[in-house]
Order: sequence, then structure tokens, then C-alpha cells
Amino acid sequence: MSSHAEKQSEDIKQMKVVNKEKLTQKSFKANTLDFLIEKMFFVFGSIAVFVLLLLLYFLVREGSSALQEVGILTYLTETRWYPSSPQGAGYGALQFIVGSIMVTIGALVIAIPWGIFTAIFIAEIAPKRVREILKPVVEVLAIFPSVVLGFIALVILSPIVANVFDLSNGRTALTASLILSVMALPTIVSIAEDSLRSVPKDYREAAYALGASRWETIKIVTFPAAKSGILAGVMLGFGRAVGETMTVLMAAGNAISMPMTEFMGITVPNFLASVRTLTANIAIEGSDVSWGSLHYSSLFVLALILFVITFVVNLIADLLISRQRRKLTNE
Amino acid sequence: MSKQMSQRLWFGICGFFASMTIVALLFLLFSIVKEGASVISWSFITEPPRRNMTEGGIWPALVGTFYVASLTVLISVPIGIGAAIYLNEYAKQGPVVRVIRMSIRNLAGVPSIVYGLFGLAIFASTLRLGVGLITAAITLAIMVLPWIITASEEALKAVPNSFREGGLALGATKWQTIRNNVLPSAIPGMATGSILGLARAAGETAPIILTGAAYFSRNLPSSLNDSFMALPYHLYILATQHAQAAAVRPIAYGTALVLIMMVILLNLSAILLRNHYRRKNEMF
Amino acid sequence: MTAFQTAVKENKKKSPVVQENINKEESIFSAKGLNLWYGNDQALKDINLDIRKNGVTAIIGPSGCGKSTFLKTLNRMVELVPIVKTSGAIDYHGVNIFDPSVNLVELRSSVGMVFQKPNPFPKSIFDNVAFGPRVHGVKKKAELKEIVEKSLRGSGLWDEVKDRLGESAMGLSGGQQQRLCIARCLAVEPEVILMDEPTSALDPKSTLKVEELIQELKKDYSIVIVTHNMQQAARISDKTAFFLNGEVVEYDNTDTIFSNPQDKRTEDYITGRFG
Repeated sequence: MSSHAEKQSEDIKQMKVVNKEKLTQKSFKANTLDFLIEKMFFVFGSIAVFVLLLLLYFLVREGSSALQEVGILTYLTETRWYPSSPQGAGYGALQFIVGSIMVTIGALVIAIPWGIFTAIFIAEIAPKRVREILKPVVEVLAIFPSVVLGFIALVILSPIVANVFDLSNGRTALTASLILSVMALPTIVSIAEDSLRSVPKDYREAAYALGASRWETIKIVTFPAAKSGILAGVMLGFGRAVGETMTVLMAAGNAISMPMTEFMGITVPNFLASVRTLTANIAIEGSDVSWGSLHYSSLFVLALILFVITFVVNLIADLLISRQRRKLTNE
Repeated sequence: MSKQMSQRLWFGICGFFASMTIVALLFLLFSIVKEGASVISWSFITEPPRRNMTEGGIWPALVGTFYVASLTVLISVPIGIGAAIYLNEYAKQGPVVRVIRMSIRNLAGVPSIVYGLFGLAIFASTLRLGVGLITAAITLAIMVLPWIITASEEALKAVPNSFREGGLALGATKWQTIRNNVLPSAIPGMATGSILGLARAAGETAPIILTGAAYFSRNLPSSLNDSFMALPYHLYILATQHAQAAAVRPIAYGTALVLIMMVILLNLSAILLRNHYRRKNEMF
Repeated sequence: MTAFQTAVKENKKKSPVVQENINKEESIFSAKGLNLWYGNDQALKDINLDIRKNGVTAIIGPSGCGKSTFLKTLNRMVELVPIVKTSGAIDYHGVNIFDPSVNLVELRSSVGMVFQKPNPFPKSIFDNVAFGPRVHGVKKKAELKEIVEKSLRGSGLWDEVKDRLGESAMGLSGGQQQRLCIARCLAVEPEVILMDEPTSALDPKSTLKVEELIQELKKDYSIVIVTHNMQQAARISDKTAFFLNGEVVEYDNTDTIFSNPQDKRTEDYITGRFG
């Protein structure tokens, strides 16, 4: 051990002194600077809140003239869309809302069973080696640029759809649903798989101990325990599909009319019709609309409608995920 | 039906759907590669489009995508990392943090076209930046911000607490501890997240339609206010807006293949980077 | 004769001077009516304890008794857990360390800490030891080198690592890592070193080395060590406090605690009847 009689540098001697003054002395480095740095990071941290408020503010501000002059009810209930016609302008956007909902529901009808069964397979059934192939496959699907999927829908899927159903134009709600299901799939699989995995092992072991088979255990124990989380995955998949632009823009045909048909005397959605979604309409008209016009303002109303839909859907998903977490930690 | 039979049946159903996932991916990749591979050549990459885009290559679109994605990352990464540092290192549980986290999750769910319209209203119109590179990049930056924050926070969470304790116990200030002990270990994870953000920005189309992408431009963008060609938008144009759709189809396939390869390569390099540092960290 | 009684005997033989001085000691910390809660769970109850200057004070007790919590209170590291609340006082150089005016950087510079699990930073051996001096403003390379060498000599690690100071500290063995952490702590020139079960993650041979090191260090530093190993407490400490359920049951010279405990619970614990 070195004795402290040795020569010591000034810095070290300075360090060694401990007394009341030093212990209570404010230093720039430890007090002022650290405080300022913390505040700076707080500013960064709150940027998300600021951006969200700004987004909402601008949607409302730019949409306000349309909301005042036309009224939200017209957008939500009418179906005549002639926003830039000098006489007899129409602002009915119901067909876009119906189009969005239709392609989304169509996509989910495919993606829900596909995603949930795949998630069960990955989380509960597949041997490790198969799992290690499936997980990257799902990840690669998740990063596929939407415009490429739209392109494939356009050049490969829509001719097939036209052929099978004997249509002149294969760009339909069905085509869009098919390709959208591929986009919603990774979201559903990864969230559902996470929540299946978060079910504690003892649940399963308890079921095995009672003589349940592996499938019965999944059906009676694991799946119900993970239900909220899986539902959250479905909600997020819904959000992803309803907000998707490029694939539907390229696959759905974009006709501005109500995609309805008579079937045995009742009006039903027609999946073989060409539809235009809220997102597609904003993309088509947004780039040449003249800024400040009522048409421009109307597009912000459509964006607000989209924002509200995704906001609510994400909120529900959020609540479901926190419910799942609570359920599994409290029990 | 016996227990065994029903289990076998259900497992079969699960396996069927799982294998459909692989089939879907292979179908998507195959359909692009089959038609696109023969189109790709050195001149396809390095030449501009010619004869009303029916011949030539994709060079300006490639460069435009590189510009806009890099700018996006330059803007979003510092902010995203800063926000993640606040959330993981400074913030205490409470209403403020709950509101911040809720906002982040909500921003992640906002449709990309809504961001496009927002960017148009605030940056192009209100702030008079016009439509062009910078407007598109800021818009995309806002869009990828939630992902950057989440990825950076994951990276910070993975740093063992003992590094923080060790620094603080030696009398380092909180910031010294973060800078010297926490950030160096978190940087590979943050870099991974940034590359993934870059890939997402590079593949995104909807927001840039409204904020700055050009149908065709002879020159590369020379200032931040110039509009630019971008690969995904170029593909959209070739596929749907071009008068001679059949004539440009091979070029569209080639563009799609380049776009996919770019996105997959970026993701792959992010994963390799992460694994490399994970291994190194275990040793180091 | 039990193992720890033997250990106490040896301790006595080894350092008679310290044993004599123990009654006229000067205290460095003095806890007065200290309470601490984690949320609603009270972890420390009305602790009144003077910790002597120089020498080794051991804190023993069954797990969950609050011994580590008390140790971490001495440099306020316990506050890293956000739900901690405290009341009462700990005097250090005439200052209550909970006083808002206390500069935590100064407090933690003079009250160093060694953790249960060796926690070297993922940097080189040199940079690990130089970390403290650097954050306290030492910049000159020559000066840093001097401090690093002195600190590594102080922790008995110099000869083992002097040729590979630039290599990663993660490549050292567990025992070496712990001595590196001690060197890192010495480099800041603390007055007190807190040790939270410093050998619990080490093999017997490394443990012995660290214990020998503690015997060396106590000549220059005040050491407070938490240990679950009673033989260790008996071997290396001068005073011992026995904690149970967040309270100090007994606090006395180590040999008294181990040979003639006043409290039945202390006796039960040291003879291995519980804990």
C-alpha cells in the first residue's frame, strides 16, 4: 500500500479534503449544468406531445373552413363528391369511408385467422428451427415497401381477380383486401405472438398436470390468457390497414361511387367493385389541389376522419395491452 | 374424434397458415425477381431515364431517395435519441411520462398520408418552405420519430444498471454517467434503430407524393428546396400514371427489385450490426 | 471452538493496536433516528448508529434485514430507487447528508462504493481506473498514469495487469474485476469505502485476496462492509452491527458480538439458528 507521504498532485490533494464547506458547496458542473442538461432532454422528450398537438391543430385549422361552410354531416352522410366543380359542388365522402372500412374488414377477415394461427404455431407449436425460419419471414413481410405490394397487386393479382370473376377490370375492393391482408399480417402475428409468450409457464404446466393435451392447453389456457393482447394485435392491424395508402391506391381502382350492390333485395357491399378509400383520395387529389380552396380544406376533413379512426383504434389497442399486462402480473 | 386426432387436426391448421406466410413471401419475392432480374444492369443503376422513361435507368430516383432518407435520419435521430434519453434516464413515472408515451404510440399509428397532408400544410404552405427535399424530409422525420424513440429506448434499457451505479458511485454527475457509461454501450442499438428508420423512410411513398417528390426531373436536386425523384414514387408513376404502361413495365419491375433489395439490405445490415455488437459486448 | 471464534482470535492476534483503540474512537458517520421506506414498506426503522473512523465496520444480518439498504444510504445511492423516502439524519463531517444543500458529487467522491457483483465498465483497464479522476477534471495524461498505477498497486492488481492496461476490463477474472473496482474507487481518493457483499460473487481464493486487501486498506480508509458471511465479519472487522428486520439489534466490538452477544437474537443468528 502506498503511503500518502508520497508526492501527490494538486488535483488529488484537492480531492482528498473532506469538510463541511466542500460537501455543501454548489458546483456549476454538478448543479447548474446538470440541471440545464436535464431540462434540455425534457424538451426533447416532450417533442412527441408537441408534434401530436401541432398535427391535430393543423388538421383542424386547415379543415375548419370546410367544416364551417359544408358541415361535418355532409362529409359523413352524402355520396356526391365534386369538390372543385364551380356549380353544384358536392362534398359527400361516405363512399370513401365505406371504401376504407370495406377493404380493411376484407383484409382482416383474411389476416385474423392467418395471423392468429401463425402466431400460435410460432409461439406454441413450432420446433425451434422452424420458428427461426418463420420469424424472419414475418419480419421481411413487415418491411416490404407498400408501393411494391401495390405494384404486385396491380400487375399480378388484379388480372387473376378479373379472370376468376370475369370482370373487365380486376382492380377491386377484393384485390385491395387481398394485398392489405399481407400488410396487416406481420402486425397481428408479432403482437399476438408476444402476448402468447407472456403467458407464464406455470399456467401451461398446471393444464398438463391435469391431463390436458397440448392443443387443449392452448385452447383452454394459453389462448384465453393471451386474448386481450391478441385482440390488441388485431386492432393495430386494423389501424395499419385503414391508414395504408399506396397498396389500395394501386389495387382498388379508385372509382368514386358507392360500392354497393343489390343481393336478394338487400343492399350489400360489393367487393368486386372498384372503390376509393379516404387515403387514396387524399393522395390522388392532394398534390394538385390549390392551397386554401374549399377542396383543399375538404381533404383535411378526410384526414381528420382518418385520424379519429386510427386514434380510437390505437387507444383500444393500448387499453387491451395494459389490461393483458395487469391480468398477467396480478394473478 | 379422439383427443389425438383433434390435436393433429388443429396443429395441421396452424402449420398450414404458418406455411402460407412463407408461401406469400416467396410469391412476392419471386414475382419481382423473375421479371426484374434481367432488367438490372450497371447502366440501369447509373443512367437517368430516357425517351419519356421508356428506356434508361433510375439514377436520379436512387440519388433522390438517398438524399431524402439521409436527411430524414439526420433530423429524426438526434431528436429521437434525446427523447429516449429523457424517458429512460431522467423521467420519473408520473402523468407527464404517461402523456408523452401515449403521444408517441399515437403518432406511430397516424396514417402516413395524414403526415403528408400535415407536412404540406405546415412546412410547405405555412412556413413557406415549398414542396421539395427539406419539406419531405421533415415530414418523413416526424413519421419515423416514434420508431426511432422506441428503438433508442430499447437500446438504453439494455445497458446494465450497474454501469450507471458504478459511475454515480464514483461521484460522476448524472450527465457524465450517461455520456461516459450509458451512451457508448447503447450506440450500436441506436444505430440499428436508425438504419431501420432509414429503410422505412426510403420505402415510404404516400407522404412524399404531397411534399416534394417529382414525376420526372432531368437534374439531381441541387438545393434543399428542389423537388426530387424517389424510387418508390418512380415505381408508382411507372406502374399507374405512365401513358405507355406496357412499355415501361420492365423498368417498373427493375425499380421494384432495386427498392426491395435496398430495404432488405438495410435491414440485414442493421441486424448484423446489432449481432456484432452484442457479441462484442459480451466479451468486452 | 467454532470457526468464527477461531477467526476472532486470529484477528485479535493480528491487529492488537486497533483493538485497543476501539473504545476511544472517533466516529465518521452517525445515523440519528434514520427511517427508510420503499413505497409503503419500511426497510429501516429508527436506526441510531455511529460508524467509527478508520478500521472496518461489518454489518451482518439475514437477507432482507436492511443491511444493504443502510449501506447504500450512506452515499445516498439508495435514492436511485425512485420510490424511496427517508426521515432522520446521517451526520458526516457535521453535515446531514440528506440536507438539500449537500453536493452529491462531493459526497460520493469521498464515500466510495464497491458493489456485490463486480461492475467494471466495458472499457480498458486503464480507462476504468481513470474514470473517476477524469470526471473530476484530471486531464493530464502523466497525472492520470500516476493515479492509475498508484490505485492498481493499492488494490494489489498492478503486477497482474501492468502489461495490459489497454485491454478490456471484461477479460479479467471475477476476483480481478472486483479488485479493479476497488482500484477504481481508490483513484478518487475517498475517505470511506462502502462494500456491499464484495466477495459474494467470488471463489474462495479470490475472496481471500480481497479480504487481505481490506486489511491493508483499513490503515488509510474507513471501511463499512456488508456481509452475509459471519466468518468473514469475524476475520476482518473491528466492529460489527447486527441488523434484523430493519433494526439494529446489537452493535459492538466484533469479538464481543461473536464471543459474548448481549441479545438472544444475535446469538441465535451467529450460531446459525436462523438466517
